[in-house]
Amino acid sequence: MTRGEPTALERFINGILPENPVYRQLLGMCPVLAVTNGMKPAMTMAGATAFVLILANIMISLMRGLLKPHLRILVFTLTIATFVTIADRLLAAYMYEMSKQLGPYVPLIIVNCLIISRCEICASKQDVRVAVADGVGMSLGFALALASIATVREILGSGTWLGLPVMPGFWPNWGIMVLPPGAFLTLGLLLGMVEWVNQARAKKAGKRE
Amino acid sequence: METLTGLVLIFISAALINNFVLHYFVGVCPFLGVSRKIGTAFGMGCAVTFVISIAALLSWTLTYFILRPGAPLPSWVWAVAGGNPATTVDLSVLSYIVYIFVIASSVQFVEMYVRKFFPALYKSFGVYLPLITTNCAILFACLEIMKHLQDPMRLWGLHEALALAIGGGVGFTIAISLMAGIREDMDICDVPKPLKGAGIALIVAGIMAMAFMGFTGVQNGVETALSSLLR
Repeated sequence: MTRGEPTALERFINGILPENPVYRQLLGMCPVLAVTNGMKPAMTMAGATAFVLILANIMISLMRGLLKPHLRILVFTLTIATFVTIADRLLAAYMYEMSKQLGPYVPLIIVNCLIISRCEICASKQDVRVAVADGVGMSLGFALALASIATVREILGSGTWLGLPVMPGFWPNWGIMVLPPGAFLTLGLLLGMVEWVNQARAKKAGKRE
Repeated sequence: METLTGLVLIFISAALINNFVLHYFVGVCPFLGVSRKIGTAFGMGCAVTFVISIAALLSWTLTYFILRPGAPLPSWVWAVAGGNPATTVDLSVLSYIVYIFVIASSVQFVEMYVRKFFPALYKSFGVYLPLITTNCAILFACLEIMKHLQDPMRLWGLHEALALAIGGGVGFTIAISLMAGIREDMDICDVPKPLKGAGIALIVAGIMAMAFMGFTGVQNGVETALSSLLR
């Protein structure tokens, strides 16, 4: 391991909040917007992405000595495509209804910039232990972001959470929240909130000094 | 003139009703990243339309002859190798790997070709061309075409695949140019500090998506108009 690169523990913690893939790096927006109209599809998506990300990280890290600079992006995408095919077949075999509902968004994991950027930044430079920690941390961060958006959209849009009714009977479902515009609006407002909290904390830290 | 109506409907559906960006959320990364100036946004849109058509052409050809269930080439190989003639040969499990390979290499070829023969165009596209490989809109178009080649009863022809791809590209160009226009004006607005940048862009996109929902049902009117025109 080269000096100056973060250790396994740092990589793990970074992925969850300080470098959260969605709120901090704005990566992988396509699934974040498309599958968060309910908790169940969002969590299935998070699981599939985690599967691909961790395995691709391990694979790339194992062959990092063999990578040629000009071919590395192609090797990354082909590795990811292989694992996505496996994940897609597994979903179709064991969770057929869910795989139909997610439709083209499972194969679209291949072009999720999150996975390519983790292969490039971490796995192609560090050993397997760090790569696994990085994959798990980033996956948890991604799942957390998907869960937060899906919670808002499902509760406001259909009055349920993970399919269980949570809102009182008189609650009028906000149909717009489960439709495409609701995805953009929710993510925009949540991004604003995260940024607001960060700015407030930075201000506080500045005052203390 | 059934086919023409069908083609126009596929085109309008991909460009407006089910806009790639605002309905399917594919290509959101460049939609947020490269939408600061109208000029560059339009250039990006044209580059995507160009690559999406080439990728659709290649992936339709590969899917039709090799990858779809019961495709001619593997069936012939299977028969020559002496396999059981009752089995349908299905290579669609390979399609994701083939598509991503096709997209990556066609982007590379388009880049080389444009650099050699249209240096001026290359200078204006320059930076965006390699970025297109990871644009989900292109893989999405390939996947939609594959979906329509799975059912042997009503296979899509090449013209339908191209109508979908060009429609999707035009829809992407419309969305990203509109977005760039709004963002240019927003630079002189007083946006709340935490929402600056991506936050406000996403909210604007949400309102645009609502506006595009107004196109739902347009296909019926278009169909009536076309059938009375072509009669």
